[in-house]
Amino acid sequence: MAVAARVAGVLLTAFFFGLTFEGIGRKVTARIQKRYGPPWYQNFIDVLKTLTKHGWTHGWIFDFGVVMALGGVIATLTFVPLGNFVAFPGLDNFFVIVYLFTVGALGMAMGMVGTGNPWASIGVARALTLMLGYEVPYLIVITSLLYNFKTSNISTIVEIQSVNGWNIFRFPIGALVAFICLQGMLGKEPFEAPIAPAEIASGPMVELSAKYMGLLMLMNTFMEFVEISIFVDLFLGGGNYFEFLLKYLTVWIFAIMISAVLPRFRIEQAVYFYWTVPLLLAFIQVFLVVAGM
Amino acid sequence: MSNRGNVKIDERTVWEKIADQLRSRSMWMLHYCTGCGAVELPPSMTSRFDLERFGIGPMATPRQADIFLITGYLSVKTLRRVIYTYEKMPDPKYVIGFGSCTINGGIYYDSYATINRLDYYIPVDLYIAGCMPRPEAIFEAFTKLMEMIRKGEANGWKRYKENYEWYKQNQLRSLGEVIIHDEFHE
Repeated sequence: MAVAARVAGVLLTAFFFGLTFEGIGRKVTARIQKRYGPPWYQNFIDVLKTLTKHGWTHGWIFDFGVVMALGGVIATLTFVPLGNFVAFPGLDNFFVIVYLFTVGALGMAMGMVGTGNPWASIGVARALTLMLGYEVPYLIVITSLLYNFKTSNISTIVEIQSVNGWNIFRFPIGALVAFICLQGMLGKEPFEAPIAPAEIASGPMVELSAKYMGLLMLMNTFMEFVEISIFVDLFLGGGNYFEFLLKYLTVWIFAIMISAVLPRFRIEQAVYFYWTVPLLLAFIQVFLVVAGM
Repeated sequence: MSNRGNVKIDERTVWEKIADQLRSRSMWMLHYCTGCGAVELPPSMTSRFDLERFGIGPMATPRQADIFLITGYLSVKTLRRVIYTYEKMPDPKYVIGFGSCTINGGIYYDSYATINRLDYYIPVDLYIAGCMPRPEAIFEAFTKLMEMIRKGEANGWKRYKENYEWYKQNQLRSLGEVIIHDEFHE
């Protein structure tokens, strides 16, 4: 019973604060562009509105892909610790989260390719290529972190940080690499090539109408929540529930501010960038960890 | 909303009323930029006038769009694409005709290649008069459309379903056939 309540707590937090913070992000972008911007609850209206419309399916592969994407991400989300608020204590292993996370991504790829639209295929291909780009430096840095603490349990790393201080100060280079990779995971500029509304008509989402769009918007919100939560837990010390949300909001607004002023890399430029600068920094971080500094 | 005598009767259920409230606060637009009207949209969307305040934003594909903006004159060739695009949009969908060209042909009224009245081919919820309308007029139109959606008066998409035969007949009369023959549609 307590587990069910905690799972509901994590999911409701991701739903309510995820959408609210997205709304705040839109407001921040608007202020950077000297606009007034939409209200903070705009994303709730958007999601609920898409659920009231009448759309089309594109076959059972598409239906199944959308459900698998949302279900996979929800399953991942339940394992993510929100600071010291954990739905399944002891099971919040980094590798569990990474392994489950691919279910959502693959569901999205399968469903979107199932639409048969060439732009969706281009978008999915770009998303997977970009994933190749950022996963390599990201995993190298995180592995060095796990090696240093001799555990892959995220809650344990959060507890160690409450004694030893935040990892962002102990591993500044690693934190920088992880943040650059985070920008790519969130699909924000300059790594926005998979979506690219003006170029490939919003890529994977090109054939999504009505309810499917609403479900994918929710899935996107949950994915962002998982990605930023892991960064906050591993590098910013997690903290209690409210500290966690505050740190989350800070990271999110920082990412939004960077994305608001930058243009878009072409996909091969993005991968080239990831495999030069962040990868080199990641290796430096590994060297420092192994050398015990 | 139906008009019986002078008494207007609202036939929507409670859920449809709530849905209409949501729809009026979050309108994603698809602009069909064949005419000169498209040039008035960038200032409406950017810092000076900022359409996003009302939850209105551009969308890249017809599948996600709620409003369809026909920004100016339509040649016979583009009308086929407009009909295709309109039928791809999910219900409920709203159409706004920009400028005189969509009302009566404007300065192209006697051209052999353009259509004069958009209303014959797809149902238009709202026209904006002018050649071209300024961003202020566009805002007037959007606030009017939001009000119409909330009251349940913007039901062009229902008209299109009810009078489908009539619209199809008009389309075929002007176009010969609605099917497009090019490398993207076959």
